[in-house]
Amino acid sequence: MKYLDEFNDPVLAKSLFDEIRRITTQKWSIMEVCGGQTHAIIRNGIDQLLPDDVELIHGPGCPVCVTPLGVIDKALDIASRPDVIFCSFGDMLRVPGSSRDLFIVKSDGGDVRVVYSPLDAVNLAEQNPDKQVVFFAIGFETTAPANAMAVHMAKERGLDNFSVLVSHVLVPPAIEAIVGSPDNRVDGFLAAGHVCSIMGTWQYGPLVEKYNVPIVVTGFEPLDVLEGIRRVVAQLENGEAQLDNAYARVVSDQGNVPAQKMVEEVFEVCDRNWRGIGQIGVSGWRLAPAYRSFDAEYRFDVVDLDAPESELCRAGEVLQGRIKPNECEAFGNECTPRTPLGATMVSSEGACAAYYQYRRLTGTPVGI
Amino acid sequence: MSERKRVEAMAWVCPVPLRQYDRVLLGHGGGGKLSAELVEHLFVPAFGSAPEHGLHDSAVLEPGEGRLAFSTDSYVVRPLFFAGGSIGEIAVNGTVNDIAMSGGQPIALSCGFIIEEGLAMDTLGRVVELMAGAARTAGVSIATGDTKVVNRGAADQLFINTAGVGRIPDGVDIRPDRASPGDVVIVSGEIGVHGVAVMSEREGIEFGTRVRSDSAALNGLVGAMLDAYLDIHVLRDPTRGGVAASLCEIAAAAGVGIKFEESLLPVPAEVAAACSFLGLDPMNIANEGKLIAIVPPEGVDDVLNAMLSHEHGAGAMVIGTVNDEHPGVVTAVTRLGATRVVDLPLGEVLPRIC
Repeated sequence: MKYLDEFNDPVLAKSLFDEIRRITTQKWSIMEVCGGQTHAIIRNGIDQLLPDDVELIHGPGCPVCVTPLGVIDKALDIASRPDVIFCSFGDMLRVPGSSRDLFIVKSDGGDVRVVYSPLDAVNLAEQNPDKQVVFFAIGFETTAPANAMAVHMAKERGLDNFSVLVSHVLVPPAIEAIVGSPDNRVDGFLAAGHVCSIMGTWQYGPLVEKYNVPIVVTGFEPLDVLEGIRRVVAQLENGEAQLDNAYARVVSDQGNVPAQKMVEEVFEVCDRNWRGIGQIGVSGWRLAPAYRSFDAEYRFDVVDLDAPESELCRAGEVLQGRIKPNECEAFGNECTPRTPLGATMVSSEGACAAYYQYRRLTGTPVGI
Repeated sequence: MSERKRVEAMAWVCPVPLRQYDRVLLGHGGGGKLSAELVEHLFVPAFGSAPEHGLHDSAVLEPGEGRLAFSTDSYVVRPLFFAGGSIGEIAVNGTVNDIAMSGGQPIALSCGFIIEEGLAMDTLGRVVELMAGAARTAGVSIATGDTKVVNRGAADQLFINTAGVGRIPDGVDIRPDRASPGDVVIVSGEIGVHGVAVMSEREGIEFGTRVRSDSAALNGLVGAMLDAYLDIHVLRDPTRGGVAASLCEIAAAAGVGIKFEESLLPVPAEVAAACSFLGLDPMNIANEGKLIAIVPPEGVDDVLNAMLSHEHGAGAMVIGTVNDEHPGVVTAVTRLGATRVVDLPLGEVLPRIC
């Protein structure tokens, strides 16, 4: 199939693996930032086929995983209210809050619905004038334009029963938090292709220069990921640090300008908490003052609701490549795919969940 | 197998005595005259099973010698009609297939309707006609039934429960815990079709070509496979949870490892595209007319040839083998040649955001 088969060809993949092996002379740690890339890596077993010297660190790029506990609790609080229709992307439904998840709220009588687009939620608001329709607007720069468009449309249509619970996060500040940390061990980054398709590549040049680190904009099919890795390793081996675009069929330097304009109109930059990492300055978006009336946190008075992260969970260190999942004492004990404590066990391709499955295969005891 | 009668279900017209009511009333489940009219003018003509001695509280079967397979399933599908099928066919084929997965040839089905008050009589009529057609195709009678009507809002249009019994031929011993190291894993055709068909109908998402459900009764296919080779170890129809869940359940039941090649899985292009778009895995998507067979190596050629010559097994493929290397764990060899663990999804399969 066009754009699926071509970028999944085992023969071409093998030649890229061979080339990466040929040029690698020392140990390199490369972080893929996007959860979609982590999914492709785990799904296809790319990490197993790379030379031992090339280590992939799965970064904090899964929007579901990094949404902090406090925000999930806000969602659960709002979704439990009798006059609310709470709309979310599907995979947020099973992310645990402090004591329950959206599935449990639904079974308790909450009206929780999976939508495929925030615009569906706007339409629901129009069709249900006696209900408050809330959309859970999470994600990186990729989902932000459609979410901004939904708020913009709701304002245009004069819908006073539509609001959004926003927890948008941004890739460049996360990269900076990791690469700027004193004990950083990441040598090079695969930047998230879909984020760059919206934002362009121009945000990453300053990071490359400031931290002297290669950043390669990378796609999501197996050959895309391998080509991104090859280009990072090639730069590292040559002692170079450049911004490179290995996903030019989708990503341009300037990005999708109308989408950026829509985001700029509706959102403003703010500090954000990242689950497992903590607060990162200017690392997210919230609604701009002109759109504040659509902010579900204010409408439902949950601004101050917060929840402490698990003290046992060391997901932040795993996300930054400082420890392996099994070095966390909770791994396989208090924390399993069924009872995840942190970001990296929540999603099936999170580093801890992937490690857990691998242990099952090798028969290594999981947990104590 | 009896020849399938052409059912013009969508053009179904209410029989004269029922026309007075274009919607189902609570009274149609009340046990009075309205209930009797529904049975007499809708169910009996469609299912053609009025016994010689008149309607009674139970059907009387004469099972003969040997063992029986007995199974039940409840059907809650939204929408009721979708490309390639409806709740009616699924309700018959699903239970027929459950019986067939023990090697049983179905003798009779029961059928319980739970109807939401206000359901259009035409809708019920169409479903009943489609059930009758599916039962004829599968060669099974719908021998007994029940109807309840619940208040509006207490059910979503129409729920159907069917149960069935089937006779298991002598010498047949099919169960999940018989999967043994060295056995070969076969799938009967393209996977993921039913789930994508229903999903695209439900969510109004189109994926280029229209995907049609694969709903089919598999008892004929199973009969042909057993005629070719009696000692089939395991059969499973990968409905909810898809091929992944079925393989995981077999591996757990038998305490064996199962390893398969992803590149050998028959995934149609439209299903691959839909799954890629929604962030789903074709291996987790429901099928309604496919089976997985686990067969000792010496029986593979006979079973595969029998499948390939049958209309419901024409796309059959060997996809993997059973081993004793990783008991209870299913692994997939990826297209790139790596190995990954395939696990049961925790609950509902959900579209991914990233």
